Amino acid sequence: MPISAPDYYFLDELYTEEELLVRQTVRDFTDSEVLPIIEDAYQKGIFPMHLAQKLADLGLFGITIDEKYGGAGANYTCYGLAMQELERGDSGVRSFASVQNSLVMFPINQYGSEEIKMKWLPKLARAEAIGCFGLTEPDFGSNPGGMVTNAKKIDGGYLLNGAKMWITNGTLADLAVVWAKLDGVVTGFLVEKGMKGFTAPEMHGKHSLRASVTSELIFDDVEIPDGNRLNINGLKGPLSCLTRARYGIQYGVIGAAMSVYESSLDYSKSRIQFGKPIAGFQIVQEKLVWMLTEITKAQLVAWRLGRLMDEGRATPQQVSFAKRNNVDIAIQAARISRDIHGANGILGEYPVMRHAANLESVRTYEGTHDIHTLILGNDITGISAFE
Amino acid sequence: MNILVCVSRVPDTTTRILVGPDGKTADKTGVKFVLNPFDEFALEEGLRLREKNGGSVTAVTVAGEVAKDILRTSLAMGADKVAIIKTENEFDSYFTAQNLAEFASNRAFDIILLGKQSIDYDSLQIPAYLGELLGIPSIGVVSKLQIEGNNVSAERDIEGGKEIVSAQLPCIISAQKGLNEPRYPKLPDIMKAKSKPIEEVAAIDCQPRTTILEMSIPSKKRAGVILDGSDGSLDKLVTLLHEEAKVI
Ligand SMILES: Cc1cc2nc3c(=O)[nH]c(=O)nc-3n(C[C@H](O)[C@H](O)[C@H](O)COP(=O)(O)OP(=O)(O)OC[C@H]3O[C@@H](n4cnc5c(N)ncnc54)[C@H](O)[C@@H]3O)c2cc1C
Repeated sequence: MPISAPDYYFLDELYTEEELLVRQTVRDFTDSEVLPIIEDAYQKGIFPMHLAQKLADLGLFGITIDEKYGGAGANYTCYGLAMQELERGDSGVRSFASVQNSLVMFPINQYGSEEIKMKWLPKLARAEAIGCFGLTEPDFGSNPGGMVTNAKKIDGGYLLNGAKMWITNGTLADLAVVWAKLDGVVTGFLVEKGMKGFTAPEMHGKHSLRASVTSELIFDDVEIPDGNRLNINGLKGPLSCLTRARYGIQYGVIGAAMSVYESSLDYSKSRIQFGKPIAGFQIVQEKLVWMLTEITKAQLVAWRLGRLMDEGRATPQQVSFAKRNNVDIAIQAARISRDIHGANGILGEYPVMRHAANLESVRTYEGTHDIHTLILGNDITGISAFE
Repeated sequence: MNILVCVSRVPDTTTRILVGPDGKTADKTGVKFVLNPFDEFALEEGLRLREKNGGSVTAVTVAGEVAKDILRTSLAMGADKVAIIKTENEFDSYFTAQNLAEFASNRAFDIILLGKQSIDYDSLQIPAYLGELLGIPSIGVVSKLQIEGNNVSAERDIEGGKEIVSAQLPCIISAQKGLNEPRYPKLPDIMKAKSKPIEEVAAIDCQPRTTILEMSIPSKKRAGVILDGSDGSLDKLVTLLHEEAKVI
């Protein structure tokens, strides 16, 4: 059933025709292509791989990338709205698109040579190649600067050694954007599937983001040609990618929140207890009102951040603000929604438990909730509380 | 093939419609509008005919300025040209048909496609009106279409079955669900649609033949309560009739 999305403050009036059309297109796509199959994929713990081609056909890979390289040439607001609608389906599907767009195509476009861009971007846009982004390591999560994966200069290229963990799409990927230390400084490399010494086993046993592949990346003396090095030094390389992905996430999670809110509203109006719909009890109304209020505030934050991104004025701290807040209200909404649905809330028939479980990953990845608190705390006080 | 597709802008099926304070018009506050779903089938069919036979697809709407958004949607889906026949007044199906006929009459279209109905006012009159005004065949509620040369063969949904009808081009086809699976506009095409021109045509003056006197929302059906035949439920019945229905 198509869902009506809450727009309590008529915020649609803030968007342009094209932006609304992008949203509508992805909304229709999610209704007809994602929602009917996602629960089954989630239960089985697989990413529905046939969606990759369909997402590419819609132009959802390389949304902000120039048409010359196969992108859609759209703005960040369009990108955000697309992520929102995908995540209304499932955070796993949105994660797939986030990685391809912000963590793979963005760094190649930004830091790759013209040759590398022409070689990879059109393929990535058409889903002929899938990418992944390797930053996190078993012993370095919130503190990626401590990474031990390293590269050594050899004749004609580099020798890569180390391991990454928790890498979305790792096993599926044809191309990995890998961050490693070269003479103690972080830099980026493109590691291609099939390169000798490179393996990417899938991680199993997740209770969250089940419709997404998460993997380890293992590098054992992998030889990387000179041309596959990205032209960027320092942590600002991976962080610039994360800023874009986090921006997409803060829009995306509003989709999950809208989904659980709509489901709660429908359910509470039709579920009769003590002779009346549970929506008629004050406690339930308070929960619904809380969700709608927080969703509306998140929508405003997202819209404004989109405009700032499009003007090139958004700061990484503003992005942290939005990621922290919007994921937090989405996960709270999902938990409340799970509660409103009673026993039905734990069933796959309703999307609420799936969203609630997914959002646990979203709260942790791309900077945990608390790490974003510290980023903001540092920004407003000038005192770092990380160490 | 010179193809015309007539499109309209209607409230999204998921929005809640209220009647305005005048009791005659819909209250548009907060209502989302979309390209009429039946027109999407018509447009898709037009695009497929062009892909097969070459030519061009023009999408046209009779509406106010606000309806330019559905023309952009039409461009993004693949229409070559779009036009708006502009009027800011309330109008009826006759007015729409007269204006579409005027637009079509001097442009030599081989085929005119449109949805079998607009899901807002559901008048279902335009395809027939247009056929009459242009003096060409009009085949309604078509769920399968084949065109070879000038020969048109159309499968129509009729009560409890199908009917196959033939006609010659030029003709009018109104689209039923099932005719095809409309494509999604692609993001790059949505971006390109932004810079394509929208032709503006002033509506011709013609008196509407009907006026809306009143509009109302159907009263809510109350959910029934089924009681079993026990003695206990007899007491409950009396209580319900007394306290809920207030008839005794
Ligand atoms: C499903 C999934 C997909 C992922 N995909 C990718 C991917 O594609 N690529 C990639 O590189 N990574 C990916 N990650 C990894 C993710 O980015 C990390 O898990 C995240 O950065 C947190 O690191 P950690 O798990 O090591 O937690 P830790 O850093 O060990 O943190 C544990 C806890 O300690 C807290 N903490 C840490 N440091 C401090 C501090 N200084 N002050 C206060 N509290 C602190 C954290 O907030 C957290 O609550 C993914 C993770 C998941 C779950």
